[in-house]
Amino acid sequence: MSEPSENRLLPQPTEDSQPFWDALKAHRLDLQTCGDCGALRHYPRPVCPECHSMAVTWTTASGLGSVHSWTVSYQAFHSAFQDCLPIILATVDLEEGVRMNCRLDGVDPEKIEIDLPVEVAFEDVNDEVTLPVFRPRASTGDA
Amino acid sequence: MDTLKDKCCVTGIGETAYTRGCNKSPTALQMEASLAAIADAGLTPKDIDGVIPFFAGSAVAEDFITNFGIEDLRYSVTAPMGGASCVAAIQSAAAAITAGIATHVLLPLGRTGYSGTRAPARVAAFPQFRIVGEFEMPYGAVAPVQLYAPMARRHMEIYGTTSKQFAEISVTTRDHAILNGNAVMTKPITIEDHQTSRMISDPFRLFDCSVESDGGAAIVISGADRARDMRQKPVYVMGVAEGHPDSPSAITQRPDLTVLGLAKAAPRAFEMAGVGLDAIDVAEIYDCFTYTVLCQLEDMGFCAKGEGGGFVEDGALGLDGRLPTNTHGGLLSQSHMAGMNHIVELARQLRGDAGSAQVPDAEVGLVTGYGDMGDGSIAIMRR
Repeated sequence: MSEPSENRLLPQPTEDSQPFWDALKAHRLDLQTCGDCGALRHYPRPVCPECHSMAVTWTTASGLGSVHSWTVSYQAFHSAFQDCLPIILATVDLEEGVRMNCRLDGVDPEKIEIDLPVEVAFEDVNDEVTLPVFRPRASTGDA
Repeated sequence: MDTLKDKCCVTGIGETAYTRGCNKSPTALQMEASLAAIADAGLTPKDIDGVIPFFAGSAVAEDFITNFGIEDLRYSVTAPMGGASCVAAIQSAAAAITAGIATHVLLPLGRTGYSGTRAPARVAAFPQFRIVGEFEMPYGAVAPVQLYAPMARRHMEIYGTTSKQFAEISVTTRDHAILNGNAVMTKPITIEDHQTSRMISDPFRLFDCSVESDGGAAIVISGADRARDMRQKPVYVMGVAEGHPDSPSAITQRPDLTVLGLAKAAPRAFEMAGVGLDAIDVAEIYDCFTYTVLCQLEDMGFCAKGEGGGFVEDGALGLDGRLPTNTHGGLLSQSHMAGMNHIVELARQLRGDAGSAQVPDAEVGLVTGYGDMGDGSIAIMRR
């Protein structure tokens, strides 16, 4: 599969999400964490929905998760992705209890199933942006 | 919960021709449909004193004042809930009329979804898609079909729902479009045609997807006391509600991907209406994708969660089935007018004016909206 072309859509970080993207540049998957009650949340936002605290810390995730659902896209809808079809978009349950929607690489679409164990990998798009992607865990031997 | 019950009516309906290819502006299409709805109601454009423009449309309240010469527009809001907006706007209109703020509220919709900007670019401009834009679109998840497909996949994996069951919805809806006379898709299709149509974003095939279209549709809502003396048989709004799903900004974070905002709205609307599911003679259910219909049937309680696939089999949604649904051909085959065409069709059915798609003796029906990351809306109406 080819890499997406240069004109791809890139994230526009906000004040709330900048630490998430900064950690990815260092190849860490950090999750926003309530500075008072300790609840993890994703995607980043200013208020803890559990206790309404605005104090924030960050927790580095294990990078391990499992597939919650997925789609395999055969149409690009944006020219940047025309040369990397099909794209597998997976909803991944992280071990820490939150979910992410990410590209899933290195797996036959026919072999995806709910609870498939996956692990994070880091795709350096350019000097500014690193995207987390997922692939089957090495131990599953499904790559 | 009965504060809005029977207080307002749909008093006017209007549609342009629905096409794939058009040289009119979205604003002109909205005006054309609005003028038709106002004339249908027996009103003149200057009688309109409230307007709820589609939140992402080309026309704003000022355009209606300017084009119609309205001297004292008293009420204008928007309901930014994607495809749930049109039905949610009925709630706003009914509240404004019941409170005495406005008399005749116009709900216009017009778009060049085929000839103009397509869905991925449209939704990227919605403020409520900001989270998806930052965290999901960089992977290529830019179109609604890609964002919604994992909901359907999860439903299939957990409950055994099949693509052939989606096909039932697709085929029945096409059959209805053929009867309508104003639909962009008029060629009969079979289950096999659906099963061999190209895969867009698994599990959604081409025939699971609605049709981008050009056109306009509009309705007028008026107080029930006035509606009784107006030109058309009044269609009463018995119950109306909007519902927002858990994690409304990102489907990914929803505790249960297979439950939509409609699950919260429907019980409130039925309580207001004072009727049960068994009273529903005809249903116009938002159908941007086949699965969306199936899921909403469950969320309204026509069947238990997970049983929607079985419910739609054997022509259940056809004119002779147990719940005649999308009798105009829906977004799947008539036209993607963000569900304003569903409201128009429900009013037509309850007036008894639905032609060869008329459900015999239809007294009570419902219309739903679905939009963004699972927002829901519902109105229950009677003749």
